[in-house]
Amino acid sequence: MSTSPELLTGWGRTAPTRARVHRPAADAELAALLAGANGRGAIARGLGRSYGDAAQNAGGDVLTMTGLDRVEHFDAERGVLTAGAGLALGELARVALPQGWFSPVMPGTSHVTLGGAIAADVHGKNHHADGAFSAHVESFELLTPAGGRLTVTREQDPDSFRATAGGMGLTGVIARATVRLTRVESDRAVVDTERARDLDDVMDRMEREDAGYRHSVAWVDCLERRRLGRSVLIRANHAAAGERPAGAYERGRSLAVPPGIPGGLLAPLTVRAFNELYYRRAPREQRGRLEPLDSFFHPLDGVRDWNRLYGPRGLLQYQFVVPFGAHETLRAILERLAAERRPAFLAVLKRFGAGHGMLSFPSPGWTLAVDLPAGDPSLRRTLDAFDEQVAAAGGRVYLAKDSRMRPELLEAMYPELPAWRAVRERLDPERRLRSDLARRLGL
Amino acid sequence: MRDALGTVESVLVLGGGSEIALATVRALVAGRTRRVVLAARRPQELEAVAAELRAAGAERVAVVAYDADDVQSHAAVIGEAFETHGDIDVVLVAAGVLGDAEAAEHDGALAAAVLHTNFTGLASSSVAAAERMRAQGHGTLVVLSSVAGERARRSNFVYGASKAGLDAFAQGLGDALHGSGVRVLVVRPGFVHTKMTAGLKAAPLSTTPEAVAEAIVAGLAGTAHTIWVPGPLRYVFSALRHLPRPLFRRLDL
Repeated sequence: MSTSPELLTGWGRTAPTRARVHRPAADAELAALLAGANGRGAIARGLGRSYGDAAQNAGGDVLTMTGLDRVEHFDAERGVLTAGAGLALGELARVALPQGWFSPVMPGTSHVTLGGAIAADVHGKNHHADGAFSAHVESFELLTPAGGRLTVTREQDPDSFRATAGGMGLTGVIARATVRLTRVESDRAVVDTERARDLDDVMDRMEREDAGYRHSVAWVDCLERRRLGRSVLIRANHAAAGERPAGAYERGRSLAVPPGIPGGLLAPLTVRAFNELYYRRAPREQRGRLEPLDSFFHPLDGVRDWNRLYGPRGLLQYQFVVPFGAHETLRAILERLAAERRPAFLAVLKRFGAGHGMLSFPSPGWTLAVDLPAGDPSLRRTLDAFDEQVAAAGGRVYLAKDSRMRPELLEAMYPELPAWRAVRERLDPERRLRSDLARRLGL
Repeated sequence: MRDALGTVESVLVLGGGSEIALATVRALVAGRTRRVVLAARRPQELEAVAAELRAAGAERVAVVAYDADDVQSHAAVIGEAFETHGDIDVVLVAAGVLGDAEAAEHDGALAAAVLHTNFTGLASSSVAAAERMRAQGHGTLVVLSSVAGERARRSNFVYGASKAGLDAFAQGLGDALHGSGVRVLVVRPGFVHTKMTAGLKAAPLSTTPEAVAEAIVAGLAGTAHTIWVPGPLRYVFSALRHLPRPLFRRLDL
């Protein structure tokens, strides 16, 4: 195991803080690390893809879990895999795909660990069909300050399960997990791409036709004002066996963004040009294109360190969900983004099904995720207003993406917060698990 | 915790009676700052301000005794503020005296008193605050310097020398803290209209406590280590600094 003091940020590269970073090489080291944390506590960290401060712990300890990534058991008959919490979902796919299995949920990046996927209860393009990651977790092992090492299943300890799924690592350190994988016959997706002329059009198509697709996502041009919400709708199913057998989980081309890019590159003009190009490049309508799963799920993973494009002040992602009835909230937010000419690189629109954990983000409704440069101070007022609108509509913002939300709206957005706090009180009464996110929001 | 847009939740002011400090705290509370500790030599005089800040939305406002001159007390006073109130995102070092420039020129004790408060006292306080923030792994130390420190002027060189010392000290401290999660922000205002400067002849490009406050709030959100208020003073003083002495003397600043 190695330990070093480090300045950490999330993927957005904002609000750096310093912590003692430990890299345990063996599972047995975890308990001692947790017990030895100073008064500022400890938090587990995976691959650092949370945009904000969820895996930072100023002045305290951070346990980097990526060394604990061993696949301990893989039942290729049943498609059940047990691995250390540090295993990346991309690696999981590389192990499982040749045997005809795939991660049950794939977020927009494959650089997410198993532990992180549970702690943030991540979703993919298939949430409307398959739910979030925790829905596919059979059990996980949780190191808790008060309860020791627990093996948690949904059936035997639903409270600990539901508090940890989406619990942002604050109920304990997830050491390993057992996951039910998804059967696939091919390493390709059959992709349908179409342009939608505006928000009504894209929402209408998604409402009517999403049931026919396992994966569905729309890329929305937030800078288009005349045809608000014009989108490229991309939907897919896994290819059948005849089309191509399951092979390797391919790595796409790997470009890298060098350090030292100044701020201001992603200004309204450049982003607008990009969005225009993206929309024009997309086929008006194309059916049945075969695409490797890797590039279908993770188009941005092909560009390493793309977050550096936002310059020294970094970026944030605003992702919220509002119930299906709250079309108008979604529209109002898109209108304001467009009216203020926010340089939002393609926003992502999806439909969610039912949620799982007490603090899980997904709940039935529409979710929109928008990347924005954090260097613009006027963004504060706009996003604060969005928080209000989202909370008023019965929606919420995603804690794994958040780096600036209004703390006083947390309870309104997450009505199960009191229940979550009660479980946390039982598992960690002394608050040994701490993160900057928890401090900032008073979790 | 400071958030991604530089919004801060808590602030400790050393020299809570300073008009620039109060304008800054008002601006912060109008944003999202909810915990305020005002440390001042005569804390009882700040109760009205504390009430005003509570009315403006601050959830916890504490007023504590702090004397910039009493360097022996700094570690304890500042330490207690952190112990009692939890993490502090911003420490604003705003204490200081202008002194009687003419008298100080002829009375060594008076000159030493200005230097002691503005330099020794604030350096000691800055170190105490920096140690606490280093331990918490985050924070911004905002040090109120002055353009007067960029080149000592005939008319107030004792004050200028004290600010020059403080400014250099703060810059060095900022470098020492690099990588610690703690940032030092040096603020160099020009002539600020306050009760401290009432009756003095205003210099060109003079400013107000509110404008300085606004610049500090913006500075907290950014990545700069030094800010001038108003901004153009940066270039004015860059030029003044390099003027030959005889010419500089004749300017009679």
